[in-house]
Amino acid sequence: MNCKDFLKELTDYLDGTISVTVREELDEHLHWCRDCHVVLNTTKKTIEIYRDNRLYELPEKLRNQLQDAILTKCRVTKQTGKSSS
Amino acid sequence: METIQNKAGDEISSELALVQAAKKGDLDAFSELVKRYDRNVFRIAQHITHNEEDAQDVVQEAFLKAYTNLEQFQGNSKFYTWLVRIAVNEALMKLRRRRSDKTVSLDEDVETEEGSMPREVADWSPNPEQLYGQSELGDILKKTIQGLPPGFRTVFVLRDVEGLSTEETAEMLELSIPAVKSRLLRARLQLRERLAKYFKSKRSGDGQP
Repeated sequence: MNCKDFLKELTDYLDGTISVTVREELDEHLHWCRDCHVVLNTTKKTIEIYRDNRLYELPEKLRNQLQDAILTKCRVTKQTGKSSS
Repeated sequence: METIQNKAGDEISSELALVQAAKKGDLDAFSELVKRYDRNVFRIAQHITHNEEDAQDVVQEAFLKAYTNLEQFQGNSKFYTWLVRIAVNEALMKLRRRRSDKTVSLDEDVETEEGSMPREVADWSPNPEQLYGQSELGDILKKTIQGLPPGFRTVFVLRDVEGLSTEETAEMLELSIPAVKSRLLRARLQLRERLAKYFKSKRSGDGQP
């Protein structure tokens, strides 16, 4: 197993969707390859940081406006008969 | 454990009940579905379009389209999967309209070497959260993900931000499972590479990137 092989398996390794044998080979590689170790850790951190810092939360006021607008439009569609189905 | 499973089962069956009621014209039931998913649809749309006005339009259009085409929803997949598929298509259309090249597609498998072989191999320390204030960090994260090709960032958002499975993501984007996996890997590596410029360990006295 070299660094290129390690990278190929990185996503499955992080997602835990990998066979025991391959995982053992990857762990073995990680044991001595510092670069891959850092790549693994920082990729993990990349995922966590996007997951934890939810960007683009919908502000409550805007949310209410959107909900009203959607339901008004649905009501009109319902009254005028379904357009495209 | 059993309670958790039951709860998940209840949620699915109650969702199906809401969809059935909405199909019969019950707007309150549809309103429940809107409340359940509007935040997610908005977040996904923002990530694809990078434009708040467009994202608002996508939320409205996606729900309206779902409502008018509810008859076509077979119930083979989850309502949410079906809804996101509609929203992603709407968002891509908006993006195409704003871009001059008009070739925005999820199918395009962008050939790029970027991130395929990591260059930045310094650890991140201290934690990025300790290094930057929340709003500054938010700006860095937004700027970074915006630089990714649309197909990459959409897969990343569905899988890693929204926490959907590879199978669900493939169904939503009408991509094969290997295609989702390969885009996810490259999205993760490219983001990592770009974020490293901000987060990698610096010796004291070093300036900002």
